[in-house]
Amino acid sequence: MQLGRVTGTVVATIKVDGLEGVRFLIVQPVDEHLDPAGTPIVAADAVHMAGPGELVYFVASREAAEALEPRFVPVDHAIVGIVDEVHV
Amino acid sequence: MKVGKVAGTVVSTINHPFYDGQKLLLCHVLDRSGEPDGYTIAVDRVDAGVGDTVLIVDEGSSARQFFGLDTGPVRAVIAGIVDEVEFSDG
Repeated sequence: MQLGRVTGTVVATIKVDGLEGVRFLIVQPVDEHLDPAGTPIVAADAVHMAGPGELVYFVASREAAEALEPRFVPVDHAIVGIVDEVHV
Repeated sequence: MKVGKVAGTVVSTINHPFYDGQKLLLCHVLDRSGEPDGYTIAVDRVDAGVGDTVLIVDEGSSARQFFGLDTGPVRAVIAGIVDEVEFSDG
């Protein structure tokens, strides 16, 4: 699991079956100092409450497909928590 | 599995139901010389603390076994506290 900062939203009307109603957000992965690291990704919002500016943690690959209901929704990244604080 | 060092804590109140009540730690992953090489957020199952060297399971299906679940959006779990590790650097 990694940390990331939500930097935007994505709206797509035409989607494959299974993705209806799923919210997509642009997430910039960050390093342990919360500085941007790597390429932004599009992640499904599995907590249904994340928004731009927030620090989140997310899962990738098969674990992302486990995060949404019903299971095995075809996504490759999913936000599973909004971070209140990080103490490093 | 990977060897890591606990560097900090992550607090989250709004999360996927799977993470309710779980303790999250930010761990540096150690390379072959024992130096930090990236990080991962891991669920702590052994009461580890900042500064501890730990054993991290970084694979989803094994991670889910710690919780006795077939499903769950989890990948990294701290499975042990390392007493001693020797890096010979290849």
